Amino acid sequence: MSYAAKPIVVVVGNGMVGNRFCTKLKASNQFRIVLFGEEPRPAYDRVHLSEYFNGKSAADLSLPMTGWFEDEEIVLHLGDPIREIDREQKLVHSSKGIIQPYDILVFATGSSAFVPDIPGVEKEGVFVYRTIDDLERIKKYAPRALSGAVMGGGLLGLEAAKALLDLGIPQTHVIEFATRLMPRQIDSAGSHMLESSLKRLGLQLHLNKSTLAIEGKDRIEALQFADETRLPVDMLVISAGIRPRDELARLAGLQVGTRGGILVNEHLQTSDKNIYAIGECALLHGMIYGLVAPGYEMADVVVNNLTGGNKSFPGFDMSTKLKLIGQDVASFGDPFAAEPDCRTIVFEDRHKGVYKRINISQDGKYLLGGVLIGDAAAYNILLQTVNNRIVLPPDPEDLILGSRGGASEGAGVMSLPDEALICSCESVSKQTICQAVTEKDATSIDTMKKCTRAGTGCGGCIPLVKDLITATLKANGQYVRNVLCEHFEHSRQELFDLVKLHNVRTYAEALKKWGKGYGCEVCKPALASILASCWNETIVKQATIQDSNDRYLANIQKGGSYSVVPRIPGGEITPDKLIVLGKVAKKYNLYTKITGGQRIDLFGAHVGDLPDIWEELIEAGFESGHAYGKALRTVKSCVGSTWCRFGLHDSVSFAIEIEERYRGIRAPHKLKGGVSGCIRECAEAQGKDFGIIATEKGWNLYVCGNGGSKPQHAQLLAVDIDKDTCIKYLDRFLMFYIRTADPLSRTATWLNKMEGGMSYLKNVVVNDSLGMGEQWEQEMQLLVDSYACEWKEVVNDPELRKRFVHFVNAPRKKDPELAFDPLRNQVKAQEW
Amino acid sequence: METTITNLKWQLACHVEDIPADGGACVLLGGEQIAIFHFSHPDQWFATQNRCPHKQQMALSRGMIGSTGEACEPKVACPFHKKTFSLVTGECLSGDDYQIQTYPVKVKGDKVYVGISA
Repeated sequence: MSYAAKPIVVVVGNGMVGNRFCTKLKASNQFRIVLFGEEPRPAYDRVHLSEYFNGKSAADLSLPMTGWFEDEEIVLHLGDPIREIDREQKLVHSSKGIIQPYDILVFATGSSAFVPDIPGVEKEGVFVYRTIDDLERIKKYAPRALSGAVMGGGLLGLEAAKALLDLGIPQTHVIEFATRLMPRQIDSAGSHMLESSLKRLGLQLHLNKSTLAIEGKDRIEALQFADETRLPVDMLVISAGIRPRDELARLAGLQVGTRGGILVNEHLQTSDKNIYAIGECALLHGMIYGLVAPGYEMADVVVNNLTGGNKSFPGFDMSTKLKLIGQDVASFGDPFAAEPDCRTIVFEDRHKGVYKRINISQDGKYLLGGVLIGDAAAYNILLQTVNNRIVLPPDPEDLILGSRGGASEGAGVMSLPDEALICSCESVSKQTICQAVTEKDATSIDTMKKCTRAGTGCGGCIPLVKDLITATLKANGQYVRNVLCEHFEHSRQELFDLVKLHNVRTYAEALKKWGKGYGCEVCKPALASILASCWNETIVKQATIQDSNDRYLANIQKGGSYSVVPRIPGGEITPDKLIVLGKVAKKYNLYTKITGGQRIDLFGAHVGDLPDIWEELIEAGFESGHAYGKALRTVKSCVGSTWCRFGLHDSVSFAIEIEERYRGIRAPHKLKGGVSGCIRECAEAQGKDFGIIATEKGWNLYVCGNGGSKPQHAQLLAVDIDKDTCIKYLDRFLMFYIRTADPLSRTATWLNKMEGGMSYLKNVVVNDSLGMGEQWEQEMQLLVDSYACEWKEVVNDPELRKRFVHFVNAPRKKDPELAFDPLRNQVKAQEW
Repeated sequence: METTITNLKWQLACHVEDIPADGGACVLLGGEQIAIFHFSHPDQWFATQNRCPHKQQMALSRGMIGSTGEACEPKVACPFHKKTFSLVTGECLSGDDYQIQTYPVKVKGDKVYVGISA
């Protein structure tokens, strides 16, 4: 069909659903598509809007426009909303004066925030929470607010409250008209549990409050409630529900619902057969589907109908699972079904803030729905159990409590019927996933995403997809081994032993002996780490098998510049060295910041400047801090007995000794240590991979702690030992970890997976139960003795220095795209 | 898909020694940043745009190279977020809808040439 002969589809609204519709319709190649959007920017991900406050930019949130600009492009009019529709002539008039004929018109106008009719809503400091522009206005206003309130304790309202917390507003209140939070999704008991968790996080909740007026002169000063109470606030975000954007449809004489929404049939057709409505502006079965997944499904239905199909919209499961301010909240099926229509099973753990409720049919055979607060790990399987009417086991309480008897778990996923919908964003069934495993060898999440698109939307189904892959492999009789990657059929531990046994010194040799293909970004750095731990030859010898940061001996930052972190053992630094850091940072225009590990980080170095910077630092007596490597970072210390009136021993000297002992040693993941001079624990040693705390009689040694996203306290390995014993145990512990841990697992994760746990580890390290102690101490001593500063090696070798350029054919030229913005008298990387 | 190669211009990019074995480096050709990659066993050369389409960073040349699948399709992983791309087709191999530009490479003696369509 020639371009001119193709029918024209005009889409009104450039939100997530409009974007999805255009992408799908474009792929059919049967239409000319013209899109009008009100907002000035490309479509963006509204579901993750609150991440805008955690540092994501508008560009991060923008949705892909895959295929839009190939061949006959989709015509895009942004910042130009449609003003009028002439249904007789089949024309739309835009605000900027464009007159565009259409054959098919699709409304994807979405919804706007519902603003209740309360006196004072027009005051300065009152906002809604809907678009990036709204968020920008909130962000701009927030610094002058000491207290803020969100009106509406629903899903969006709590998101907005999280945003206010993220913006650092000290007093954040949530006002809800109903007697509980998220009244559309969860029951009162669930709300109670959520309330106590949210209160602990600093939110102040006011339920059963009806707002009468917003007080203040020009600017909001307080809220006045119907119960005659009053709450002084500096700003208010209204999130009291959504209102479908149907004003244009009304104007065009299309049928709309009494409470808003463009009336459509199950083909999403409006009262005019050439006009469709999809997403939150459409009213179907008497309801507005206020989630993105049903909106996507609607878009797919219309594309199907326009391209000759006859699909209808079946209604949609409104089950949801989300993380609200760090709390799991999920609701599925019919969460409110109550006795006598069903029987409910409730589990409540007020200590951990967990509430689970499932509703099962009177005969005990089927799951009808439920609510999960605080722990929603079982959500996917429970939802599948509802949707597929899977007959429940005799003890349905196992569904929320886990199996507590001898019965094995894991029959779960395979008992799902073939047509069970696993990924609802992309409509991928269990059968499709299992077939992809068996027939297309899709045995990793990446290949599965490519084969089936499962997990490419919200990502919520990924754990279930992983379980299905493993279960299918097992069902096919395939042995599920812990292998490094597709190139090596060995675990890291096996490869470590092989490398040592066969005296293998290079990656190429290892690949030839035990691998296949050309390797990848998983096995190369893993082998690099093994080779470094075995032989401790400087990593610059095999630069291209190192992870990018190890290749450039610096940490890549936004924009492609690098950061420089010299070692400052134990956090002790002389005034002269401090001056050098300042001078170097000034000379190369580097942003400086104190790190969490008591060092100084210099950001924004051009790759070509790195050798010069390090030359000056080394000249002044610094050495590499290995911040770029999976290696020892710092051993943090408190000031200890040399100054502190409580200090028992000299923690700084011991920290320096330990840091210098283990510096540069490569491990499966980064390593951090700490030494405290007394039980007050100012060095936070119990949050480190190894922590040493002074006692009256010597030192206590703790191991396997970490901070980060899953903090874990270190556990006590030995009590009241002297320094030499401490170092001996550390040598053994570290070598045991280096030899046996999986790639990229910290000591805490390694211990968690270890059979026998801490008592086994204690036996191995302290009681030498494997008889490996002496060997490990020798191996460690070898690593300690062969240490050399990698940067020193580079600085002194003109050939190695040559690698540090952006353009190999123009070595003096810097990357012209690398730019910085000013920030508090320093620079920062430009937003990406 | 058919590519017209009649207008291909071979431009001298760099010398063989400029590109580390089993790694990549970036060259500037007519204002464009192009990443060149060299596999040593067997000896193979590839070139792509240097910009990772995910976050628009000029970084692909600093990524680790390797292969995927039985057919050993050569690939590069961006150092920022490990999105991987086929060095043959430019297709994103980690499930996203990104596409990068690839260029033909020719090695004559110690000189490396990149074919750029005029």
